[in-house]
Amino acid sequence: MQPFTTFTAVAAPLDITNVNTDMLIPARFLRKPRDERYGTYLFHDLRHDEDGRLRDSFVLNEAVYQDAKILVAGANFGCGSSRESAVYVLLDSGFRCVIAPSFGDIFFGNALQNGVLPVVLPEAECIELRAFLDANPGATITADLQAQTVSAGDGKVRRFALDPLRRERMLKGLDEIGLTLTRLPAIESFEQRYAAARPWLDR
Amino acid sequence: MTAESPVALAPNAPSTLFEKIWNAHVIEQGSADDALLHVDQNFLHEGAFLAFAALRKEGRTVRRPKQHFAVADHYVPTLGREAGIAGVTDPEVRGLIDLLEQNAAWGGIDYAGIDDPRQGIVHVIGPELGLTHPGMVITCGDSHTSTHGAFGAFAFGMGASQVKQVLATQCLWQRKPKLLRITIDGTLAPGLSGKDVILAVIAQIGAAGATGHVIEYAGSTIRSMSMENRLTVCNMSIEAGGRAGMIRADDTTFDYLHGRPFAPKQQHWDAAVAYWRTLKTDEGAAFDREVRVDAGALVPMVTWGTSPGQGLPITGRVPDLATLSGDARRAVESALSYMGLKPGQAMDGLPVDRVFIGSCTNSRLDDIRAAAAVVRGRKAKIPAFVSPGSTQIKREAEAEGLDRVFIEAGIEWRASGCSMCVGTNGDLLQPGERSASTSNRNFEGRQGRGARTHLVSPAMAAAAAVTGTLTDVRRLLAAG
Ligand code: SF4
Repeated sequence: MQPFTTFTAVAAPLDITNVNTDMLIPARFLRKPRDERYGTYLFHDLRHDEDGRLRDSFVLNEAVYQDAKILVAGANFGCGSSRESAVYVLLDSGFRCVIAPSFGDIFFGNALQNGVLPVVLPEAECIELRAFLDANPGATITADLQAQTVSAGDGKVRRFALDPLRRERMLKGLDEIGLTLTRLPAIESFEQRYAAARPWLDR
Repeated sequence: MTAESPVALAPNAPSTLFEKIWNAHVIEQGSADDALLHVDQNFLHEGAFLAFAALRKEGRTVRRPKQHFAVADHYVPTLGREAGIAGVTDPEVRGLIDLLEQNAAWGGIDYAGIDDPRQGIVHVIGPELGLTHPGMVITCGDSHTSTHGAFGAFAFGMGASQVKQVLATQCLWQRKPKLLRITIDGTLAPGLSGKDVILAVIAQIGAAGATGHVIEYAGSTIRSMSMENRLTVCNMSIEAGGRAGMIRADDTTFDYLHGRPFAPKQQHWDAAVAYWRTLKTDEGAAFDREVRVDAGALVPMVTWGTSPGQGLPITGRVPDLATLSGDARRAVESALSYMGLKPGQAMDGLPVDRVFIGSCTNSRLDDIRAAAAVVRGRKAKIPAFVSPGSTQIKREAEAEGLDRVFIEAGIEWRASGCSMCVGTNGDLLQPGERSASTSNRNFEGRQGRGARTHLVSPAMAAAAAVTGTLTDVRRLLAAG
């Protein structure tokens, strides 16, 4: 996993609540291999109409957001299915940070596994940030995981929280499996005690 | 805290069902809220190909293959199944099913393929085969893993990275969730089921109402529910944002499990049940939140919008924009426009194009019986099909003659799989078509581009099939 320390990029205001994983990547693309086209499935059916033409009305289709790599969205971002593809499509099209008032639980975990930072800010601050972006199209935002802050050109520095263990893993880009396997002796002795107390689990 | 004995608890501290299971599975505490948990049982379906690919690329192996079970469900066709794998004509789809078989063989994992008698939707066959036990930590790369919580297990969905981790290590770092207890009391009126209960719960607390929480369902309504209906309730916990749903195991649970292929063998059965009986929320144990629902007052439910939280009694009307403003108004406007509905429109009598009875939410024998009871002696007015949740359920329903009830009504009786719940096998609605569906998600495009999904119970879906409209099933039941 790519470490995440600090990240600055054009931010796009995505004024939708309950952005679900079917919006992020429609189910029919789930069978696709993760190749260089993967990022193009992001928001596919919001971006394109039924005939495959780009919809002018969708924010990421605006010229000024072609380089956007941060999203500022509505509440419950990433709700729905457990598909990690919903994170892959973001990452593969360059997005490394999503700011929202809340996230779907599984999406939140998946994002952290892939070096995409989910930043939880109060609803009012997200609305404020989107208003700032609307007034200054193409403005950048900096997400600093070390300092746990988000700063935009409006001069305000907004703080966010993240579990210290997860923050540490993300800052260092640590591989969770490698980390877990260093605990193998503890895992094995746990399993022995656990199984001894539950003879019915012996399959 | 580790498990010297199955019940490793601080003496005298009242604790919840969830805490008892959590504590029994902690291998190591990370930070205050984060622990390394042992996983008893993991389930795999075709979608696991990404996890397997990464695992193999990293040169890792499956650490405890016996604690995994793989089944083909998401991509299997529901027609032409007599031909087995040869009947899968789309090469991409066939490739995914083949890949699961190869990966399972590579990992030494038991696999139920397309023509295996154990085949079915992953969250249906886990319980059916007796792989799902009370007190377990259960995982699967699928959000509706919450279904298994109906057995008093902590069961949750996860993404590909975590699937890979469970394959490689048989444990997972988990953040301790908050706890929400939903107490549902009262007697359901005839014609209502677990689906109406959970749709009402989600309508009440919202699609993000349980985010960050594990839900424990309690109360007299839950206690008197069949295993099938409890599974339906827990299944949709994720649609309220919950990480998992759970129900304390009781005699209903034990009766369901007893004698199933992977249930505890007879010589261990009493010890297992004795342990399972200890897995209950103690008097005075604390929850972060409590919600109460009066089931006696419920009316059959139907969703009108594009989020499972946008549900109404069938006697109700779509929200009126006049009372709304800001974000809430915009959300309703956009849902109404996608669904082709007018503000204030009545749900009862809305014409529907197609009916789907299936999915891990509602495809078990109870569900099929409930639908058949409505269909019996009537004719379908619109295209409809039933996809039983497993090959075994299909056979059991056929043994009861239920297949004939549907076929005589002009409703298709198909094979088992995820089918039109997600459409990855090709069972899709046409753009603009409106469905009454017993599945769990009414998201834009979930059942096909431009498809309009109304989530309902099996009985309500059957009522829609025989009337061609969303209909209060109680009227049909009263008419006999
Ligand atoms: S039936 Fe639907 S919700 Fe259930 S596992 Fe299959 S795709 Fe997921």
